[in-house]
Amino acid sequence: MITIIDYGIGNLGSVANALDQLGAKYRISNNQKEISSSTGLILPGVGAAGTGMKNLKARQLDQLLKQQIKFGKPFLGICLGMQLLFEYSEENSTQCLGILKGRVKKFTKEKKVPQIGWNSVTPNNKYFYFVNSYYCLPQDQSIITGTTEYGEKFASIVSKDNILGVQFHPEKSGPAGFKLLKKFTNLC
Amino acid sequence: MLTKRIIPCLDMTAGRVVKGVQFVNFRDAGNPIELAKKYDQQDADELVFLDITATVENRDILLEVVTNTAKQVSIPFSVGGGIRTLEDMRTILLAGADKVSINTGGFKSPQLITDCSNSFGSQCVVLSLDARKVGNNQWNVFINGGRTDTGMSALEWAQTAVQLGAGEILLTSIDTDGMKQGFNIQLTKLISQAVSVPVIASGGAGKMSDFVDIFNAGYADAALAASLFHFNELTIPNLKSYLIGQNIAVRPI
Repeated sequence: MITIIDYGIGNLGSVANALDQLGAKYRISNNQKEISSSTGLILPGVGAAGTGMKNLKARQLDQLLKQQIKFGKPFLGICLGMQLLFEYSEENSTQCLGILKGRVKKFTKEKKVPQIGWNSVTPNNKYFYFVNSYYCLPQDQSIITGTTEYGEKFASIVSKDNILGVQFHPEKSGPAGFKLLKKFTNLC
Repeated sequence: MLTKRIIPCLDMTAGRVVKGVQFVNFRDAGNPIELAKKYDQQDADELVFLDITATVENRDILLEVVTNTAKQVSIPFSVGGGIRTLEDMRTILLAGADKVSINTGGFKSPQLITDCSNSFGSQCVVLSLDARKVGNNQWNVFINGGRTDTGMSALEWAQTAVQLGAGEILLTSIDTDGMKQGFNIQLTKLISQAVSVPVIASGGAGKMSDFVDIFNAGYADAALAASLFHFNELTIPNLKSYLIGQNIAVRPI
């Protein structure tokens, strides 16, 4: 059983819709016991870093997530859910979870921010749907497993041990996105 | 590289997809669920759903149709029509929409745009702007399904709405709508170059080269069309192949 973490932010419905289509077992919850007993965690996210961290703390999920990830539970962070894994975000000057070393910064090279639309991920050159004004700058370059260009090159996929973070929305990226989600749910 | 988006649009009334000319003379264009499925399979880049009579009939959007349509798609789904409160927006997002477009409700109460943006993020607040030419290089905002001239310039409202928190603009040219003589390049260029958010051009697509023009000369970030796709005059895969041949960056099929 996978838990989609409900922290009062984000497009939980879209992620749930996608898991339904994949036939994966999941629940939407912010209950500590349910989160601890699940076989995998998805932290979705559409919204601002400041509100995101505030909501995680208000539900005492920040410490729990750190602990669960440390235990080795498969974890997928989507968009803001990826950004919150790092130490600090320029968005609302937010101290984040600090599970991965690095910062989150705003796009500065392109005129139109947020980036909205389908962009390709190197190395496999598949297209995914992005909606973001900020991107992750991991300190450890070796965790970057996918990159994308939007005026500047940024990390669109990071993976480290049991952690997978994606800047795009696999739940909104057609067959390519569903394939990635399937790979994750198979691990759970 | 970020690609240009091709977006089919479901204009809805009474649970059916309809298509008009210059916002009047509507005819039936099909079932939303079947069309949504078709566009998802054809690799459309996004799907727009607009309940075009919700405001003038002073009723809420047809929620059940939104929910059932949302289940058909694995691509971004944007919904609008009759949004008057923050609660309306929350309800539509919970029904499966990824973005909500605000038109008349936001014009009458600009604070709504800010409230929605603060609650859900600007990326899911789309300003739907219907513009009609009123003079040389001058377009006004029309509300109530294109029936009422607000007297405000489209350019001014676009810039204001972005400051208020709109993360994207769906710009429909009433003059070119349904005429199939091409998008409104002048209007789209004017707005797109003046704002820092993506602009979706709408109204007037009639042939494949119209899409090239609106991307190259109109600076549109996305192009929306309805009847061309509904009546199978053009399929999305064919259009995308053509655009790739014309060196327009689109998501390949």
